[in-house]
Amino acid sequence: MQGAYAINKLKQDSSHKEKMADDLPNVLLLGTPSVFKAYEREFSEKYHFLKPGESSIPLHQFLSTHAGSVKAAFCSASSRVTTDVLQSLPELRFIMNSSVGVDHIDLHECKRRGVKVANAGPIFSEDVADAAVGLLIDVLRRISAANRFVKAELWHQNGDYQLGHKLGGKRVGIVGMGSIGLDVAKRLNAFGCIISYTSRNEKPHVKFPFCPNIQELAAKSEILVICCALTDQTRHMIDKSVVLALGRDGIIVNIARGAIINEKDLVECLLQQEIAGVGLDVFENEPDVPEELLELDNVVMTPHHAVMTDESLRDVYELVVRNLDAFFSNKPLMFEVTRV
Amino acid sequence: MDPKPQDHQSPSSTPSELRQVLVLRPPPVFAVHEQDFSSKFHILKAYDSPLPTHDFLQAHAQSVKAVLCSGIGPITAEVIHNLPALELVVTASTGVNHIDMAECRRRGITVTNTGDVFSDDVADAAVGLLIDVMRRITSGDRFVRSGRWATSGEYTLGSKLACKRVGIVGLGNIGSRVATRLKAMGCLVSYTSRQEKHTTPFTFYPNILQLAFNSDALVICCALTNETRHIINNKVMMALGKKGIIVNIARGAIINEVELVKCLVEGEIGGAGLDVFENEPNVPKELFELDNVVLLPHRTAFTQESFYNAAQILIGNLEAFFTNKPLLTLVANEF
Repeated sequence: MQGAYAINKLKQDSSHKEKMADDLPNVLLLGTPSVFKAYEREFSEKYHFLKPGESSIPLHQFLSTHAGSVKAAFCSASSRVTTDVLQSLPELRFIMNSSVGVDHIDLHECKRRGVKVANAGPIFSEDVADAAVGLLIDVLRRISAANRFVKAELWHQNGDYQLGHKLGGKRVGIVGMGSIGLDVAKRLNAFGCIISYTSRNEKPHVKFPFCPNIQELAAKSEILVICCALTDQTRHMIDKSVVLALGRDGIIVNIARGAIINEKDLVECLLQQEIAGVGLDVFENEPDVPEELLELDNVVMTPHHAVMTDESLRDVYELVVRNLDAFFSNKPLMFEVTRV
Repeated sequence: MDPKPQDHQSPSSTPSELRQVLVLRPPPVFAVHEQDFSSKFHILKAYDSPLPTHDFLQAHAQSVKAVLCSGIGPITAEVIHNLPALELVVTASTGVNHIDMAECRRRGITVTNTGDVFSDDVADAAVGLLIDVMRRITSGDRFVRSGRWATSGEYTLGSKLACKRVGIVGLGNIGSRVATRLKAMGCLVSYTSRQEKHTTPFTFYPNILQLAFNSDALVICCALTNETRHIINNKVMMALGKKGIIVNIARGAIINEVELVKCLVEGEIGGAGLDVFENEPNVPKELFELDNVVLLPHRTAFTQESFYNAAQILIGNLEAFFTNKPLLTLVANEF
């Protein structure tokens, strides 16, 4: 299990020396990483955080005034690390990103400036994969809808028997075969699903059949699970044509990034019953969710919390500390992002 | 086109009037696939008659040899006494706790169930319920639908599944499928059962208390018998602990429901996913407000595919009975 492996490695490698407050290295905090909130005391004992979010002056002004010499930043997906931001940080050499997704970071500019970027690697993969499976079973078997039915005291009425659908034997298309996609595939394989996938490149170590494009994958699948990164190529990749190819009995689960799906198309398809149901942990414009979805019984929505377990947060905390320490002592980083 | 009892002509060689099948209350599988049954057998619908059941049986069912039932229409000793010609009970369920098995054995009445046709679906839903409670999926959905995500943003952390110790109560057709799915998700699976199963890799505990003590979650997958009634009680839940989760897809009465509600309301256990209750369709109202409880109306077996497969098994058993062939899913009567 990747999470447990990472933890053991971190415990072997890390050595935290106590430092006087003055000696604490400066780290710029961009955005509001959940892990920072959860472990603020522990973090503050090791580093001195510059917090533009707590200042009333605009970000760029804060950066030019206070962060001119800062070498390391700790950011979350809630803050966009743009070219402008990077230009205000001439000494920056390392960005520790608390999430897996790096679509909010200008990776080209980072590479140009020699700024290393590290993300959460495979640390969240198991949890996200479990959440994907949970969302899928919920949609297929109408668990949340049935729970509402019982709590509204409707069970006494004998109505039609709202039958769900079997999971075993269903053809599942995994979109993106990184560590999350692979964890989802392994789980659904154990449930008897028939797995195929699409990815930027075919993965030789993956035994499931590869499809060269999303249209083909949708056409041969009954369920799509979106597990890929958000990039220029994948933005709105799931649009009306893909949903129609999937078919009226199709189900989509998205635990990646909202913008991979054309949300307007998806809502339209749901309202026109061109798709059987969806499970969504992410949305194009969080925390806003299309109102139409709130009325639908065949939709299950979670507030972007597929990574949010006590254990994963602890694992990320240890990773962030490990990487910041490694950066400041010139040691190798874990989960450095090398693609641009 | 609903065939009337006197008019119906069966396409098979035996006149359908001789292939009488009594139904006290319509099992869901029967209701969904009624045409398939009616085209092969002469269905006696006690539920359609204005007569009370006892009177109906006396008047119309004295030569009935086969009855099709489920939990909503129990086959009690009294029912059996009113069916002097009864030879076969076909239940549209896996469980037989609604059938007086001792009386059947005494009378030499054979019982068939649905074998393992529902097992995959029930196992999938059991795992779905466990993930739901641990990872707060239904709770999250409620949070989003209420509009609180946009306004408050705060949310409670869930609990990772991998490396959690899950204790399976009863490692039969359903329990073993739950075990393999949870193993694929990195859970540490153990079980208790009437007897240890030496062919499985999972850790065996000889009793429920030890299993609960060594588990972070319990998934109830056993039959309801005199031995298992209320086997999950206050003591077991205390052993499971304040973060412990219970999933029940078996029978409500395996858990002492009054004690379960108390433990949940007082936070003595961490949450529950329940498909079954002691007195369905009544569900304790105290559970409705609890964010860590997910409730289903006894439908983990309800998929289109399973219902179709179950209908085939029920029809297959009835056909076999009426043509003197071996039954498909005979239930060994140990009473």
